[in-house]
Amino acid sequence: MKPAPFDYVAPRTAEEAVGLLAAAGGDAQVLAGGQSLMLELNFRTRRPSVLVDINRVAGFSLLDVADETVRVGPLVRHRRFESPVVDGPLGLLLARVARHIAHPPIRARGTMLGSLAYAHPAAEWPAVAVTLDAELDLLGLDGLRTVSAGDFFTGPFTTLRPPTELLVEARLPLLPPDAQVAIVEHRRTKASFAEVAVVAVVTVHDGLVSTARLGLINAADRPLRAYAAERFLIGRPVAGFTFADAGQVAALEDAEPIGRPHASVEYQRQAVAVLVQRALEEAAC
Amino acid sequence: MLTRFTVNGAAHEVDVEPRRTLADALRDDCGLTGTHLACEHGVCGACTVLVDGEAVRSCLMLAVQCDGAEIRTVEGLAGPDGALHPLQRAFAEEHALQCGFCTPGFLMLIVGAQEQDPTVFEDPARLTELLTSNLCRCTGYAAIRRAVATFVPPTSG
Repeated sequence: MKPAPFDYVAPRTAEEAVGLLAAAGGDAQVLAGGQSLMLELNFRTRRPSVLVDINRVAGFSLLDVADETVRVGPLVRHRRFESPVVDGPLGLLLARVARHIAHPPIRARGTMLGSLAYAHPAAEWPAVAVTLDAELDLLGLDGLRTVSAGDFFTGPFTTLRPPTELLVEARLPLLPPDAQVAIVEHRRTKASFAEVAVVAVVTVHDGLVSTARLGLINAADRPLRAYAAERFLIGRPVAGFTFADAGQVAALEDAEPIGRPHASVEYQRQAVAVLVQRALEEAAC
Repeated sequence: MLTRFTVNGAAHEVDVEPRRTLADALRDDCGLTGTHLACEHGVCGACTVLVDGEAVRSCLMLAVQCDGAEIRTVEGLAGPDGALHPLQRAFAEEHALQCGFCTPGFLMLIVGAQEQDPTVFEDPARLTELLTSNLCRCTGYAAIRRAVATFVPPTSG
């Protein structure tokens, strides 16, 4: 299968890129890593009139740490995160997550911001961004606006970004030095998308959970924070029964499974319960 | 669009539609059919080539994206006298191929990894993960692992 015809432009600046997106009137696609977009083009499930290739925009490979946040530009590939990009639990979490994404040749091209903009329900980075309360910068002809990751994702492959705006930066706040992190996934095969996955960030004081962030992947039509399970955990002892109960809370109160051919709603709730428990056990030990 | 890149050190100038993938440009415009094309959606890895030293799926890149890039394909592995690359020899000796369709992709995947970070060969879990990148449907992966284990990389770049 070959892509349908399109025009190709490779702007050198962010402003030029945004101008090209606006000129296409919503019928352009942004090409960053292309590891999802190219297969959709090959399948002709997307047929843009213009492809705006941002790979030659100067400065888009930015990755730095400032003001207690990691700033990530649009051309930072998944592979950059395989080794911790910053000391402490955030770098560790991102490295653990990166290794769950596809396989090495895909990670060499695919980008974090591309994954956020694509918003695949089984993707890892959107849930990480939601779990960490990341801020996302969108650039359009009217200027720059910032949205929180929690608001950004509105459904499968759907976000607040209109096709005339470009996602130009994600800011991930650093985690407290004593935070403990984990990601666990359930997949049919190593090469499958996650049926369900859970991101956990917890801090523990005197044997009691003092803070908790739980992100659910593929447990709804968008990445979710498991707020009810987080509230349940605070002040409870670090123990198997606490984590098992938190899993039940996440499954029954937080998850909103939509059901899929290989996974009924009941099955997905069960998977959420088990994976939340496993993620907490992995993080807290 | 006029696009220039080098393939295995030789300069190529191709006039391609923007929608042409790198894999198709290599095969149809450059006449280098050693790069195989199967799934065309990044799953199988048969089309893996090195772009600026990095193993990538050539079905998931456009030829026009590669303007100015240095590309290496399976045709560039053997020496000018036809002597096989040590990895190719290891594949032959360990029976790491049967039909051979996936072999160019595996060779470029492994050569790319060896040049970027050879420590991946010392860690069985990471090696498994690397080899999981590509699909082989005949010999299976045990023989390919044996070939990687006996592969002695060339000493000079």
